[in-house]
Amino acid sequence: MSKELIRLTDLTMTFEDGETVLDNINLYINDQEFLTLLGPSGCGKTTTLRIIGGFLTPTSGSVLFNGNKINDVPSYQRKINTVFQRYALFPHLDVYDNIAFGLRIAKLPEKEIDDRVTDMLEIVSLRGFENRKITALSGGQQQRVAIARALVNRPQVLLLDEPLGALDLRLRKDMQNELKRIQQQMGITFIYVTHDQEEALTMSDTIVVMNKGKIQQIGTPEDIYNEPKNAFVADFIGESNILDGVMLDDFKVKFVGHVFECVDKGFQKNEPVDVVIRPEDVDIVPLEQGQLTGVVTGVTFKGVHYDTIVDFKGFKWLIQTTDYCPVDSHIGIRIEPDGIHIMHKSEYSGLYGDYSSYSAEYDEIAEVSEDAEDEE
Amino acid sequence: MRRFNKTMTVLVFIFLYIPMLVLGVASFNSGTDVATFKSFTFSQYGNLFRDDALLTLLRNSVIIAVLASLISTVFGTMAAVGIHSMKGRMRRAVMTLTDIPMTNPDIVTGVALALLFAFTGTLLRTQSVLGFWTLLIAHITFDFPYVILNVMPKLQQMDPDLEEAALDLGCTPYQAFMKVVIHEIMPGILSGALMAFTMSLDDFVISYFVTGSSFITLPVEIYNYTKKPIQPKIYALFTLMFAVILALMVLMNFLQGRGEKEARLRPGRREARAR
Amino acid sequence: MLRMKNKLLASPYIVWMILFILVPLGIVFYYAFTDSITGQFTFSNLSNMGAYLPIFLRSIWLSFFASVICLLIGYPVAYYIALCPPRKQRLLELLIMLPMCMSFLLRTLAWVAILEDTGILNSFFGVFGIGPLPLIRTNGAVILGMVYNYLPYMILPLYTVIMKIDPRLVEAAADLGCRPGKVFTKVILPLSAPGILSGVTMVFVPAVSTFYISQKLGGTGTTLIGDVIESQFKTAYNPNLGAAMSLVLMVLIFLCVSIMNHFGESDSEDGMVTV
Repeated sequence: MSKELIRLTDLTMTFEDGETVLDNINLYINDQEFLTLLGPSGCGKTTTLRIIGGFLTPTSGSVLFNGNKINDVPSYQRKINTVFQRYALFPHLDVYDNIAFGLRIAKLPEKEIDDRVTDMLEIVSLRGFENRKITALSGGQQQRVAIARALVNRPQVLLLDEPLGALDLRLRKDMQNELKRIQQQMGITFIYVTHDQEEALTMSDTIVVMNKGKIQQIGTPEDIYNEPKNAFVADFIGESNILDGVMLDDFKVKFVGHVFECVDKGFQKNEPVDVVIRPEDVDIVPLEQGQLTGVVTGVTFKGVHYDTIVDFKGFKWLIQTTDYCPVDSHIGIRIEPDGIHIMHKSEYSGLYGDYSSYSAEYDEIAEVSEDAEDEE
Repeated sequence: MRRFNKTMTVLVFIFLYIPMLVLGVASFNSGTDVATFKSFTFSQYGNLFRDDALLTLLRNSVIIAVLASLISTVFGTMAAVGIHSMKGRMRRAVMTLTDIPMTNPDIVTGVALALLFAFTGTLLRTQSVLGFWTLLIAHITFDFPYVILNVMPKLQQMDPDLEEAALDLGCTPYQAFMKVVIHEIMPGILSGALMAFTMSLDDFVISYFVTGSSFITLPVEIYNYTKKPIQPKIYALFTLMFAVILALMVLMNFLQGRGEKEARLRPGRREARAR
Repeated sequence: MLRMKNKLLASPYIVWMILFILVPLGIVFYYAFTDSITGQFTFSNLSNMGAYLPIFLRSIWLSFFASVICLLIGYPVAYYIALCPPRKQRLLELLIMLPMCMSFLLRTLAWVAILEDTGILNSFFGVFGIGPLPLIRTNGAVILGMVYNYLPYMILPLYTVIMKIDPRLVEAAADLGCRPGKVFTKVILPLSAPGILSGVTMVFVPAVSTFYISQKLGGTGTTLIGDVIESQFKTAYNPNLGAAMSLVLMVLIFLCVSIMNHFGESDSEDGMVTV
């Protein structure tokens, strides 16, 4: 049974230029938990992290640590350490002295410092690197020194600000596993910030999805993936087709002119809802057997599967399938009841889920050129 | 075009160093007229080290330069750190203030300070207010911008996370500065201090206006000398200083080159071993 | 909270500069508008400036000429250095700065020895029977002195700016069809404009306010503003007139620099044109 370690209450952060970066954040973090703050850039996740670390003072609200309010406690007095995005290793010190830095400030006896640093080097697999200069290390090695430097102080909480962003893909995946292993081995609370949803799903016990200074959803990776609360979360995590639908009754929803069986209930009769269907949950079947029929407008080979864009009455879906369907072919689709997830309408409805393009930016370009064509 | 540029560069260097040559030759001249070479001798160097008055002047110049550069470096570095934390209008205002002695001609700075001291003199009802302290004050004043303009870029180039990392690991702000920041900006502090020292050592115009008769520096006295012909010992002094500074510069250049070479070689070797 | 404490670090410096830069300038103002005998407020000091108009014009003209020569000579040198490998660059940079660290008085005196009627050049010409040429005590000699002393102040900022020009821009221009001459006029020259402005300013300001160069290398016909100001403070003790002249000089420089800044941008974000 883990106890609550940190609690953020009604946290708001407004900067001098009037920008409100955090809007009434309420969150609690348990001891020994691996919690990830996930969201696009500008959502406030790094700001939240910095407030917990003591580098920023919130405009209002409180930060509680073990029940004590620590708003005004400066960072150098908190039992919290940070792994910075660009590592922030001290260039004038070698690996050993970097790691030993915090221990020396705390005036621990040299013998103990030596023991702890050596242990730490072992844990991050950098034994033998004691006397290397920081500038002579690769990105991955610097990363591990940064982690060692923070953990050697045995903090109760470790803050990690997008630490793996600068590493290449394979190394990143290895480091994700490493970090998870270290966290479980040392039993330290990790608060991790990232915009990479795959990373969050891989490593976290709990994910906090944020956007525009507000918390969108908190839950385990499975919960967030399978039961997103609104269109933003559904779109941010993995790929989603998000459609307008009407909840006719419990377990019955209608969209694209067809009634489907689903596994959600508790909505009002005939309530307009957002329907989420993951691309991998759509089966391609012969035309006659399909619940819906559509026209293939694009196929991209992705190795693991084909990304197939299908047009259903003007709305484009993404379907991931190992079946190859050529462009302009008519296909039918079937969706199992548990492949359909229903969400209440929100401010995010209508903003996501259409696969005319993959990004919003490209949509803008397309709109502009369409307008230009219309004018001609 | 490159050849033209190169020729120009060579010509310009010759042009710049002609006086050095002339004065160097003159320092070995037994005669006093620079234009006519009588015979080769080391005697001027001997005279130089025996001339107490001259050595006193040199000592004065060095004392002022050392004190002024020291004080301006310490407080200037503090100021740079402070300015670095400023934003917008305040920062621009302070930087404009810093730029004033740099863009104002020396003569105006000198005259302004002289008037300030004269004014203070009349307030305190003393006649001779010019002396060691007025000279020191003036030197500190014009040394400050050199320190600040050398330290500021280093502060701006420094990884801002470094200071936070130090705080995160338990340093008080003072400790963070002394243990981390100072190492990053040290090259700026040193070059600022060196520049301040050099500027102070050689300053003539500003010193000329704020010097009294009690404490005179070398450049000012050389100017006063020009009522009578220059003693050749001065040429010896000049040539010696030239040799010393040249040696220092070549050494600095060599050290800098070595430092960069090492930084370049290391990662390669490391990478190879890691594989 | 950290920011607040940090900002305070700059306060000793700010106080100092207000005391020794701003206040003195205020005092100059005060003296300029005060009658030297009665101590009353007066415009007479300033209106007397009219008599010195030829001197002002001469100073501006000579300095401007010297600046242009420095630009023409210095640009190729700066260009050459900018394209050199880093090690050579640093060496050349140091070698250009070296003369600036040496006594400016003595170096100018060396030119006196070279240009004098009985000086080195004339002795040399004398060998060929060419009578002593009046090289010294001319406007030309003064311009030579200015160019000599301030040429490094032109080369260094220029070279710094040229060095920063992205070589890919040059490649892009060539790729789009420019021949080397056009590449220079259309790409490099405009991009080096901030350096040109910086260099011209750094030559013009000290040149227009010098008194030493004009005293040593010039004659009675080459009195400059600096000479007059100096005499007001040292020989004919009229600080009020001197202050008025200094004020006019400052305004003059401010105007020239503003005009030049208007045609270009400041290189750094911190204040006015700096190196």
